[in-house]
Amino acid sequence: MPSDSQSKIFAQPEGVRRPDRRRVVDSAGVALSVAEWGNEHAPAMLLAHGGFDFAETLNRFAPMLADAGYRVVSWDQRGHGESAWAQLYSWEADIRDAASVLATLPDEPLPFIGHSKGGSMVMHLANVAPHRVSALVNLDGLPSGNNMSDVSELERTRMQRDELDRWLAHRRTLSNKQRRPGTVEELAERRGRMNPRMSTEWLQYLVQVGARHDADGWRWKLDPTMRMGGFGPWRPEWSMLRLPGLGVPMLGVMGLEIETMGWGSRPADVEPYLPPGAQFEGLEGVGHFVHIEQPRLVADLILEFLS
Amino acid sequence: MTVSDPGSESAITGDLVWLRHNRIDLALHRVALGEDPAHRPLLLLHGLGERTPAAVPPTVRWPGPVYGLDFTGHGSSTVPVGGGYTSEILVGDVDAALEHIGQVTILGRGLGAYIGLLIAAARPMQVCGVVMSDGPGLVGGGIHPGSPSVPFPAPWAAASPDPFALIELARDVRPPDYAQTYVRFVIDSSKLEKPIMVCAVARPEWLAAVAAEPGVGQSTVDEALQMYAGL
Repeated sequence: MPSDSQSKIFAQPEGVRRPDRRRVVDSAGVALSVAEWGNEHAPAMLLAHGGFDFAETLNRFAPMLADAGYRVVSWDQRGHGESAWAQLYSWEADIRDAASVLATLPDEPLPFIGHSKGGSMVMHLANVAPHRVSALVNLDGLPSGNNMSDVSELERTRMQRDELDRWLAHRRTLSNKQRRPGTVEELAERRGRMNPRMSTEWLQYLVQVGARHDADGWRWKLDPTMRMGGFGPWRPEWSMLRLPGLGVPMLGVMGLEIETMGWGSRPADVEPYLPPGAQFEGLEGVGHFVHIEQPRLVADLILEFLS
Repeated sequence: MTVSDPGSESAITGDLVWLRHNRIDLALHRVALGEDPAHRPLLLLHGLGERTPAAVPPTVRWPGPVYGLDFTGHGSSTVPVGGGYTSEILVGDVDAALEHIGQVTILGRGLGAYIGLLIAAARPMQVCGVVMSDGPGLVGGGIHPGSPSVPFPAPWAAASPDPFALIELARDVRPPDYAQTYVRFVIDSSKLEKPIMVCAVARPEWLAAVAAEPGVGQSTVDEALQMYAGL
């Protein structure tokens, strides 16, 4: 029951640290909650989370970068975490939101880092604002096929008739839609189905920093009207063709274990698109959430790359 | 025309019906009753930046009721905060109208022609013919994305039509093979001999591809409307 769950003490994973600061950025009327770790006068880096994640999924990874001397700046994307729920969601809106956060940072070029959907977003942002990026790091966010579970609505490559039907059926049932409540354990178990490689301890921690406790139970702080899948004319090569002309150093990190939330890309799919001199690391035995499964390894890869 | 505050699911006030699509209140206007109120209605889908006309245009002849839907961010419908438009969202707008009206024939202008094609594919039993005509937003954003940018509307821009709608829907990418997929959905599911009529003079690549598909007809708007009116 919720009351039991609320009073129960859950173990805190080793090394986690909630953001050192929170602030709000107005993106054309949508309030975005920005999370920062590290000295606010240190060199900044921009860090974008994946779809259906939130900034505090970085609570173990981001402090490692911050403790190496960076001001790590992330934000909850619209509809996610502490940010406002929007009336509409689209890729363009997400990129505009990212640009709004970027506009609040000092003018010097800075590293862009992104995981999954966030990785694809920062690739796009690097094309929008090449004068603002000093290096690009993509964490398992290089698309190839159609298996992009965390990219919400309208950004899928292949449209199937039944997918169209399901999408419209979903649109018809949105009014007053709410996320299903549950205990901490239940929410962790549900998320575990999509994140099967995450430990129970980690998933239960995520509930406590990424869900709110209502009278009838815990609910993820994710807009219930957002939906995985959908339809639209997006094609993976539209993202990948942003890479060859990239004018700054690039590091790509790919988890080689295929899993539900992953994008199904293989090194051979993405290597032809990498810019000259790019560093690419395929991690054996690691899934889609490379920075959560192996935070120290991935943080060290990034820090060495940036050095 | 009587207008009241938009209600929850669907509030009917005279010639204006408010429909709810997620967090958007959509204005569905009954523009004319028609000579035969029992006849299948015609649904007008306006072009980019337009709104439902106050009266049936003189070039449009239809024996039954004529409705018009203001898309999200247009006319009397809700202008959302912070943009995020896609054509596929507008398909959901039209689906809300179909849920209210039932079977219709669609006359789409520009952007509305493209949306008319998509909803005809999604609801082939409820869309008895779609007439695709010239109008604002017909071209869209080309067949693949252009050089990326992040435009913000001028702060003095008008509230409706939403400046974000004008920007984002003008950049909406329309690959020809994507449009053809929808055509094939329509052709495969519709019982009509010519369920899609291309009447636009302008033929951007996506529309040229649509017009070239077997089972798609081409005529004037009036000829297409009279054909569907006679079914």
